[in-house]
Amino acid sequence: MRQFKDNLLRVLIWLSAFLSVAVLVMIVGFIFYKGIGLINFNFIFGDYSPDGGGGIWPMIVTTIYTVLISLVIATPIGILAAVYLQEYAKQGRLVRLIRFATESLTGIPSIIYGLFGAVFFVTTLKLGMSILAASLTLTIIVLPVIIRTTEEALKTVPRSYREGSLALGTTKLQTLYKVILPSSMPGILSGIILSVGRIVGESAAIFLTAGTVAAMPDGILSSARTLTVHAYLVTQESGDIELAAAVGIVLIVLILAINLSATYISKKFNKATNK
Amino acid sequence: MSIPTTNKQAEEIGKANKRKYMLERASQRVFLLCALLSVITLLLIIGFVFYKGAHPFVAEGYSFIDFIFGSDWVPSEDKFGIFPMIVASIYATIGALIIGVPIGLFTAIFLAEIASERLAKIISPAVQLLAGIPSVLYGVFGLAIIVPFLQDTFGLVKGQSLIAVILVLAIMMLPTIVTVAETAIRAVPQTYREGSLALGVSQIGTIFKVIVPAAKSGIMTAIVLGLGRAIGETMAVILVAGNSLIVPTSLTDSVRPLTTNIALEMGYAFGTHQEMLFATGIVLFSFILILNFVLAKISAKGGS
Repeated sequence: MRQFKDNLLRVLIWLSAFLSVAVLVMIVGFIFYKGIGLINFNFIFGDYSPDGGGGIWPMIVTTIYTVLISLVIATPIGILAAVYLQEYAKQGRLVRLIRFATESLTGIPSIIYGLFGAVFFVTTLKLGMSILAASLTLTIIVLPVIIRTTEEALKTVPRSYREGSLALGTTKLQTLYKVILPSSMPGILSGIILSVGRIVGESAAIFLTAGTVAAMPDGILSSARTLTVHAYLVTQESGDIELAAAVGIVLIVLILAINLSATYISKKFNKATNK
Repeated sequence: MSIPTTNKQAEEIGKANKRKYMLERASQRVFLLCALLSVITLLLIIGFVFYKGAHPFVAEGYSFIDFIFGSDWVPSEDKFGIFPMIVASIYATIGALIIGVPIGLFTAIFLAEIASERLAKIISPAVQLLAGIPSVLYGVFGLAIIVPFLQDTFGLVKGQSLIAVILVLAIMMLPTIVTVAETAIRAVPQTYREGSLALGVSQIGTIFKVIVPAAKSGIMTAIVLGLGRAIGETMAVILVAGNSLIVPTSLTDSVRPLTTNIALEMGYAFGTHQEMLFATGIVLFSFILILNFVLAKISAKGGS
């Protein structure tokens, strides 16, 4: 009986693993199979034309804009917040409150961020449906990611580094900039790279704050659509699966590159610390 | 710096020190402000969404009970009932959990305990990568493959249905659950395994009686994270849900979960209609808070 139960569970485990891998391979396979026919130089670097054909360059540019703007804002704030939590704060009520808020922000679904962005950045701050409004919304979305990864990176800096530096008569601030931050840089960097992935993959929040205009953005105050929103819209409006899959290939390749560089950096980091 | 010989030099050093201390204090303030920003934004988000969403009930005389339990959503006729969407969201989430959690957990067990090192080293990073794929693409896949498949198999007029949503969400949860649960299982000390095996317990017995209970809190985190991804998912769900405003009675009914209601109508809604979408957001928000709370309670109970 026990033997039977063991075997049954073993079969279930193998079956589940097979199923998971098969489904996931199928998704990537499907996207590439459907979309690869459309991928060429003109598709990626060509301007969009509404009557079909044309390229997705405007969406790529919009995606790059949102990544850059949100990171320029979220990175310094996130790093300094983590520095405060790890290096300065006395553990107590305030730190607990900040941690609670950061964790809560992680759990909020992106559609709620979208609602907030739509009423706060778009309407109240009068930014309109724009790349800037979307980027500010995305800033809030990635802020907890950057804070958490930076905190983890700061935790790995040995105490002796801080003590050694302070014992030489440096101020806390000098120790921070000259010793602590440089030695936790790889960890911080891979956190930032992960946020890039999060921004590139986001859709609902951008949909509600940047709008859907399919044209090259004039500046950060114009409405535009990112790659993900484009993939959604071409599927929803015209059922053009091939086009959506081709955009999907670009997205997957981007995410792959982002992940590989994060892994590379953290591997390098591990080697450096193990020396 | 040399030892001060005159008063003037001592004064200068004193000044420099003062500047240093001021800089030190000022920068600490800036760091604190940055850290407080997450508290401020959280308050802003809750404040704005709740203010907008509560307005129709507080100031315009709409009944909150009718909003929650009403089954008609016709903004043009001033009817705002989201009961069908609440039911659809609950069914879709529970369904995705029922399918996604066991498969994900078993896959994690496979990778951590059963698969050879070499096989696990190929599969794990691939699964991790899939956790990062934009969710829209899962929706595109659902619409192109799952929906027609359901249509053919069950002879449906429209393949976009509750079961399609459940399947897409379950698939979407998989990478997250597998990755986090695998890490948790791998973190169980080797001595646990050895002790159990030494007592003559089989490998499978060891996994389910010793390792999984020991990794419980990590597995719980995996489920919460997977759930978070499923429940808040919007764009992928729109593509496969069908968006009918009925209370689903069968798995093949077309549905409209809470998230899709917001995304579909936010573009053109204004006035009370728009406020009602914010109210939908509040319901979704509360839903997530309750679920996290329940899961935290369950895992706390399991821990003790």
